[in-house]
Amino acid sequence: MSKTRRLSSAFLGLPYIFWAAAFIVIPLIMVVWYGLTDENGAFTFANVAAIADPAHSKALLMALLLSFLATVVCFLLAYPLCMFLVELQKGSDSFLTMLLIVPMWMNFLLRTYAWQSILEKTGIINTALTALGFAPLRMINTNGAIILGMVYNFLPFMVLPIYNALEKIDKNVINAARDLGADGRITFLRVIFPLSLPGVISGVTMVFIPALTTFVVSSLLGGGKILLIGNVIEQEFMVAYDWNLGSGLSLVLLIFIIINVVISAVTEKGEEAKA
Amino acid sequence: MKTKYKGLKRLYIALIFIFMYAPIALLIVQSFNSSKSRGHWGGFTLDWYRSLFTDASIGEAFTNTILLALLSSVISVILGTAAVIYMSKLKKSPRTILMGVTNVPMLNADIVTGVSFMLLFLTLRIQFGFVTILLAHITFNIPYVILNVMPRYRELNPHIYEAALDLGASPVYAFFKTVLPEIMPAILSGGLMAFTMSIDDFIITHFTAGAGVHTLSTKIYSEVKLGIKPEMYALSAMIFVTVLLLLILVNRVPAKADAHGKEAV
Amino acid sequence: MKKKTVFSICLPLLAAGLTAYLAAGCGKSSREREDAPDNDSNRLYVYNWGEYIDPEVIGLFEEETGYKVVYDVFETNEIMYPKVAADPSQYDVLCPSDYMIAKMAGEGLLAELDMDAMPEAKTNIGEQFWRMSEDFDPGNLYSVPYTWGTVGILYDSERVDEEITSWDVLWDEKYNDEILMQDSVRDLFAVALKKLGYSLNTTDLNELEEAKNLLIEQKPLVQAYVVDEVRDKMIAGESKIGVIYSGEAEYTREENESLSYCIPKEGTNVWVDAWVVTKDSRHKKAAYDWINFMCRPDIALMNFEYIYYSTPNIGAMELMDEETLSNEVLFPDVGKYDLEAYRYLGTDAERLYYNLWKEIKSA
Repeated sequence: MSKTRRLSSAFLGLPYIFWAAAFIVIPLIMVVWYGLTDENGAFTFANVAAIADPAHSKALLMALLLSFLATVVCFLLAYPLCMFLVELQKGSDSFLTMLLIVPMWMNFLLRTYAWQSILEKTGIINTALTALGFAPLRMINTNGAIILGMVYNFLPFMVLPIYNALEKIDKNVINAARDLGADGRITFLRVIFPLSLPGVISGVTMVFIPALTTFVVSSLLGGGKILLIGNVIEQEFMVAYDWNLGSGLSLVLLIFIIINVVISAVTEKGEEAKA
Repeated sequence: MKTKYKGLKRLYIALIFIFMYAPIALLIVQSFNSSKSRGHWGGFTLDWYRSLFTDASIGEAFTNTILLALLSSVISVILGTAAVIYMSKLKKSPRTILMGVTNVPMLNADIVTGVSFMLLFLTLRIQFGFVTILLAHITFNIPYVILNVMPRYRELNPHIYEAALDLGASPVYAFFKTVLPEIMPAILSGGLMAFTMSIDDFIITHFTAGAGVHTLSTKIYSEVKLGIKPEMYALSAMIFVTVLLLLILVNRVPAKADAHGKEAV
Repeated sequence: MKKKTVFSICLPLLAAGLTAYLAAGCGKSSREREDAPDNDSNRLYVYNWGEYIDPEVIGLFEEETGYKVVYDVFETNEIMYPKVAADPSQYDVLCPSDYMIAKMAGEGLLAELDMDAMPEAKTNIGEQFWRMSEDFDPGNLYSVPYTWGTVGILYDSERVDEEITSWDVLWDEKYNDEILMQDSVRDLFAVALKKLGYSLNTTDLNELEEAKNLLIEQKPLVQAYVVDEVRDKMIAGESKIGVIYSGEAEYTREENESLSYCIPKEGTNVWVDAWVVTKDSRHKKAAYDWINFMCRPDIALMNFEYIYYSTPNIGAMELMDEETLSNEVLFPDVGKYDLEAYRYLGTDAERLYYNLWKEIKSA
């Protein structure tokens, strides 16, 4: 009996194992392969070391800087938002939170493109400023515009995990802290925030990685003046036709992603241990 | 507990919503703008909504987008659910490895995933087209299904399934009668997430699409530089409003019905 | 839990709603398909520049020949090339520029054309344009000229109160945040190289370094590096000065009369875009029919009146009025200016240009 059951579950698992091998593991091996060989197929470390070229390292640093700032802004916007949402929606459903996901149904290229019309020199904000007698602002094609685009696109990824974490917190725990004499600030620092930390970490990684590697936001809102590492990789493949270099630089990004996976695995384990 | 500063908190939420919805409002306004160039109001028109239905290229891109989303979410739901059942019976370390691999497409940068698919298909000499995009979409959708279904499946009481077997039900029958209904909500929410991800994806599609095969995303990307066709605004506005209305309908109507029921009691 | 119920009700409803859309939105295109059998053998895959054809022409071609055209667009030669090189059979007809044709022909990506299959090309394309093409396609083996033109400066004469005659204006602090530069490697370097008085085909490292530094120095003044967006931004008044292809000049003037085009006195690039057929094309017959169709005077005129790029089609020029033909922007007197065509410089030089370009973009 138990033998047949194991057989049938292996039968269930096989398609997925095959799929994961063919479409997750092998493609990644190919990136590693291309990244560590030259155009003749000989082993080289040059494509990865190329990250040290001034143009590439500047693009990487710029991407790190902008995505870091975007993540911080996302966090600062999302955390209070989630606290207020949990408080105000208490007992009822999470309708408002769902409304924050709905914009994702409008294509993200279009949404980002719409910011051009808002920010540009003849755009909505500057037209309004000029009409009111103020000097127009230089907003489009700046670092600020790119950060704004990142925050706008990835904010829901920060909101959802934090909201879920905050919503799960047992109200009795908070009340108990209050009863034991903790004031609002201490309750927050000692009880609420630590309990929401897994959500925060998951939100941070879900915002930081796409922001770090984007090439779309920078090309739509940066006017081609700001080169991020995502742009470099995209252009190596789609313009310069150098797959080896493109793969080598992707490997550098993989390092950041591995750090990310490790952090989320560690926090997941911590959570499991607690449970 | 009394809520302090309720007004201010509401204001803050409202501001965030304005931030999230302002560009969308702009796009919807644009879809009624008779002037083709953005930023200039040329008067109200419904022309773009009319010409939308005769524009074969947008129609094709739309069909591709929806077909990809439907197929990829259905296939990833089947593969993912089967994988969950399999994985929950595995020992700890093979399970950790398989889960780690599963998480890769979700945690990996889209650009690396897209690039890795491109290299794979080029090496295998698979012609780029609908099928390559579909394979890629299924792959990045599966983790969302697994992550939704896994916790729910592990919460299940295994004795019910075994009781069904003891009572003579075949494993398949027992699964459909005892397990599936329990994990259905998780499957559906995973499927919906997969559907949304597939609809919204651009980067991976960009690297796996071939000649003449467009989704709405790749079509918009190629149009961004030349000026987006107003029909595209019209289509997006329609999709958006439908989703919004559905959400409101689904959310508000049962809530009211509930309230009525309670009052009656 | 509640959220999940919402989801579970939402999903089928969504699917239903979207399917309804699907039926409504695609009814038309599937109906159209019933007329002509649509299978791969009947198709023609065309890869052309964006906004580089009168869309009606594609419909006419399909009507007359019964082929189904699958039409894709690219933004720069450099974006087109990897797509074709990675899978040379996916497109049948392309329209690259001079230097890119030389590169692709050299790499064996292009098919030698059977000129007898395209009688319209033989009779209508002017002798001088075949000769111009010999620069990048010796013997006219691989390409049939489609358009030609120059690279110059488009400016808003109402808001720029001087007459522009030189590339120098692009380095004038007065125009901070008002300048649009081309976002493609060769066109960007051409501007700086010509300003410095060098050849735009130079491979001299010192000259290129000098050009790179000049472009980095200019970067703070530049509003954006763009390709096709120059057109819309100039029309909307978003910027005052932009580097652009001559064909766009006449188009933008129709929308905004105060825009003027100038060929700078230091000289510039003269280019030819030409139809080529890929070597691995699966629809060669259809490809020839396409090129032949494009060379018909009435069709060439339709395209000209839509895109306003100068045509090498003598037959079409005979159908134009005197005013159009004497338009200096559309049909410049080639002898009057210092014009230079791009040559293909080889992969090493290509890589050098590209690396320097990255340095400018990341500066």
